[in-house]
Amino acid sequence: MSLRGLIPLGAFIMLLGALAFGLTRDPRILPSELIEKPFPEFALENLKGDAVLDTSILKDQVSLVNVFGSWCVACTVEHPQLMVLRDVPDLQLIGIDWRDTRDAANRWLVRNGNPYDLVVFDPKSKLIVELGVTGAPETFIVDKAGKIRYKHVGIITPEDWDDTLRPLVESLQ
Amino acid sequence: MRLIFLISLCLAGTAFAQTSQQEQRARDIGAQLRCVVCQNQSIEESDAQLAQDMRRVVREELATGASDAEVIERIRESYGDYVLLKPPVQSNTYVLWFFPAILVLLSLGWFLFRRRRETEPLAVETLSQSDETLLKSLMDDKS
Repeated sequence: MSLRGLIPLGAFIMLLGALAFGLTRDPRILPSELIEKPFPEFALENLKGDAVLDTSILKDQVSLVNVFGSWCVACTVEHPQLMVLRDVPDLQLIGIDWRDTRDAANRWLVRNGNPYDLVVFDPKSKLIVELGVTGAPETFIVDKAGKIRYKHVGIITPEDWDDTLRPLVESLQ
Repeated sequence: MRLIFLISLCLAGTAFAQTSQQEQRARDIGAQLRCVVCQNQSIEESDAQLAQDMRRVVREELATGASDAEVIERIRESYGDYVLLKPPVQSNTYVLWFFPAILVLLSLGWFLFRRRRETEPLAVETLSQSDETLLKSLMDDKS
């Protein structure tokens, strides 16, 4: 029997393999463009509205920047983990309150607890679009030089923290 | 009823005429940018909130006097090549852009190669002496 007849079958199996590999990848998770790049410049009010925050808040300490909103259901699920992270030494927690009102955000933080050292108020998605955020929650790890080192899409589970984020944060200290 | 229709038509006409040149540029840019949460719509077509946010950013950037290319570049810096509905021609997209053409050329080459082999003239055989006489006798019988 000639093996030439098997060429189309072989090509088909290769195509099948490529498509099967494609199915294992989540198209909603985009690779971040901003890894190893400086955190985008911004100047936005804090949640209280009594100060303007800019990139200088990221200087000289490792920061975990977390995008949230009072409207975001998944953020409520993630919140207990952030409350735990509040007690991690030498890690600054910065919240970006996205597409929200001050009232709703304050109420949400009173009800669920406020893990953040600083909250940047971004009702018009200015910083959000600069960061290439596609949804909340989303988290960035920023090193002491103000460079983005990691992007985590979705909820930070205890496993995510133990396996990925904590080793990274400790290596940046 | 007809009057209301006419008035609304006129209003629509003036609204259309009032689309400024800058707004037109913003729409052209928006049509080239993918709404990253809806995969297959441009930010101009999509109703997703993120698309609305991105539309606003495009307009704000234009208002600062940025060129079309600069605005697209700013969005691309944040969201990556994925945000461009038309993929750029660069080293990691060469396969995407040139593979179809290569495939067409290869199959064309294969087709021509096969056809030439098939149309090659068969070698002309001359009949041997005995066949010749046999054929002649058969032909003679028939007539």
